Amino acid sequence: MAVNLRELSKKKVPFTGGHRLCAGCGASIVVRQMLAAADHPVVAGVATGCLEVATTIYPYSAWETPLIHNAFENVAATISGAEAAYRSLKAQGKVDKEIKFMAFGGDGGTYDIGLQSLSGAMERGHNMVYVCYDNGAYMNTGIQRSSATPMGADTSTSPAGSKIPGKPGHRKNLTAIMAAHNIPYVAQTTPAHWRDLVTKTKKALEVEGPAFINVLATCPRGWRIPDDATISTLRLATDTCFWPLFEVEYGEWKLNYRPREKKPIEEWMKPQGRFRHLFREENKHLLEEIQAEVDRNWEQILRFVDGK
Amino acid sequence: MGETTRRLMQGNEAIVEAALVAGCRFFAGYPITPSTEIAELLAARLPQAGGRFIQMEDEIASMGAAIGASLTGTKSMTATSGPGFSLKQENLGFASLTEVPVVVVNVQRMGPSTGMPTAPSQGDIMQARWGTHGDHPVVAMAPASVGETYEATIKAFNISEALRVPVVILLDEVIGHMREGVEIPRAEDIQLLERKGPSTGPADHLPYADDGTGVPEMAPFGTGYRYHVTGLFHDETGFPDMSNATADTLMRRIMGKMERHRDVYEWTETTDTEDAEVLLVTYGSPAQAARSAIRRARREGMKVGEFRVVTVWPFPEERLRQLAGGVREIIVPEMNLGQLRLEVERVVAGRARVSGINRTDGDIFKPDEIYAGIREVYGGER
Repeated sequence: MAVNLRELSKKKVPFTGGHRLCAGCGASIVVRQMLAAADHPVVAGVATGCLEVATTIYPYSAWETPLIHNAFENVAATISGAEAAYRSLKAQGKVDKEIKFMAFGGDGGTYDIGLQSLSGAMERGHNMVYVCYDNGAYMNTGIQRSSATPMGADTSTSPAGSKIPGKPGHRKNLTAIMAAHNIPYVAQTTPAHWRDLVTKTKKALEVEGPAFINVLATCPRGWRIPDDATISTLRLATDTCFWPLFEVEYGEWKLNYRPREKKPIEEWMKPQGRFRHLFREENKHLLEEIQAEVDRNWEQILRFVDGK
Repeated sequence: MGETTRRLMQGNEAIVEAALVAGCRFFAGYPITPSTEIAELLAARLPQAGGRFIQMEDEIASMGAAIGASLTGTKSMTATSGPGFSLKQENLGFASLTEVPVVVVNVQRMGPSTGMPTAPSQGDIMQARWGTHGDHPVVAMAPASVGETYEATIKAFNISEALRVPVVILLDEVIGHMREGVEIPRAEDIQLLERKGPSTGPADHLPYADDGTGVPEMAPFGTGYRYHVTGLFHDETGFPDMSNATADTLMRRIMGKMERHRDVYEWTETTDTEDAEVLLVTYGSPAQAARSAIRRARREGMKVGEFRVVTVWPFPEERLRQLAGGVREIIVPEMNLGQLRLEVERVVAGRARVSGINRTDGDIFKPDEIYAGIREVYGGER
């Protein structure tokens, strides 16, 4: 599946500029690149979150697609209904156009409150692509921890102080949970690897049945990084193996990027203000624990990939 | 002991500070505007007070965790707004039927659905009463200022513990986010009520036996009292019993305990009602605009009084019935299309004419609007 940058750049993407997402926000890059990959008209759904709020501020909308925003927990269910009805209309000969269905949710709306709805949609087998833009906290309501928040991150509900050094536990491996659904396509990517992102989106849109893509996305406010550090920070996430790029097709794991040299996790964490307190002497053991968790996850993926 | 102090605080902060004073040591929550500050502040304050804060995966789970924590004998709370309050309804019914004390804060925003997340509303008044299915006891309070929110929060825990009933605190968004000076009472002036513990040993304990008060004794989990808690109808032992007689006894007891303990939760304020021809029935933030409108109307010779309801549910029927006999017109200002007015009309039952002044655009009342409503009643005569 060749992706041509020149052609891609000429494509009219049904997601306009002028929305109110922050400078440096990863979510809008994710949506733009993914919609650019679609070769058919898309019906989109968005869960409550920054993306929904900031791209649809009345009287404007950045979306040049039909768009459904229902609630926080049910974008997968809502798109399920639209897709099922479309299939019925198609079977009755009332629609002949090929239409793709995409649902977008943040980590709050996907890892936490929307997980049941997502799992149901994947199990039922709707022909849809669910995209999670994972920025690792509830950024829309002011940076509260989610089950995607990395261990040690300072958030407004896991405040680093004398009682806890930021979020106490490790994050949930949602991509692996979705892979365990044994659906046609599951992948993990970032907008820093645009070719990987676009290729995976095309694959997801083309498979018959449900697909899930987890995309790491920065939040300059929540991560406490400058707004021009989006791509470099995301690249470090893959180079430290915090966020491996892989895909799972019908249960077959495949690694898409193996860094030449696996960098220590500190290199990803250091530029982010949300981890600042972890670099104090008394928290050194936590950095070691975080590194150990990254290593565990990475080795697990390698085992899955190599089939050992 | 300490002195009273005066502090500038936000409504959501008043909830937090008062909950800690009331003995709340457990909070399970989920971020939602305009209530998020409650979770954020408790995430920092509860661990300092030896309590526990947990952020859950959604509002259903938050309510479940608060109920679970309360069963261990810990005063527990959760906080949310409209969409989350909808999700909590099943568990609210569970807490009503299993009689688990819990305080639920709903900082109301415009609904239905996602609505207007940062705009004030009183649209959840009827939901607070009848949001979960089945007949059920519930208490709901709607304070009119930040200071009163502080007071109401302490009272909410007292009511919940004393009567083993879920208590809902209904703030309007504007109370939740507004900052006002609050008189913090001295510790010795604060009366705290605790749930009634078991009077017998574990072997003889009947967790749902009526000791004559309608409120059963409650043994904390983990102290040797092993009993069954279920959302099925149950007998005195707590075990499910679907017989008609048991169901009837249980339902009449849990509803009856509310009727007989009105003194525990009833909270109303009357102002200028002695000679009133027109009565404003107010609750929540519109009461602040109403107060100013009434003062102006009084200065101009209009005989207007106010009946302010802080505990909205169970509704103070008797008190309103007494007042309604002496006035010719009752006006209910609400930030909805007339929800509490329905209850006022039912209770007044034709003794006086009842009308509403309603805002449902996401903005708060200005005193002029309520004044205009009062003026209209006098319009023909002046």
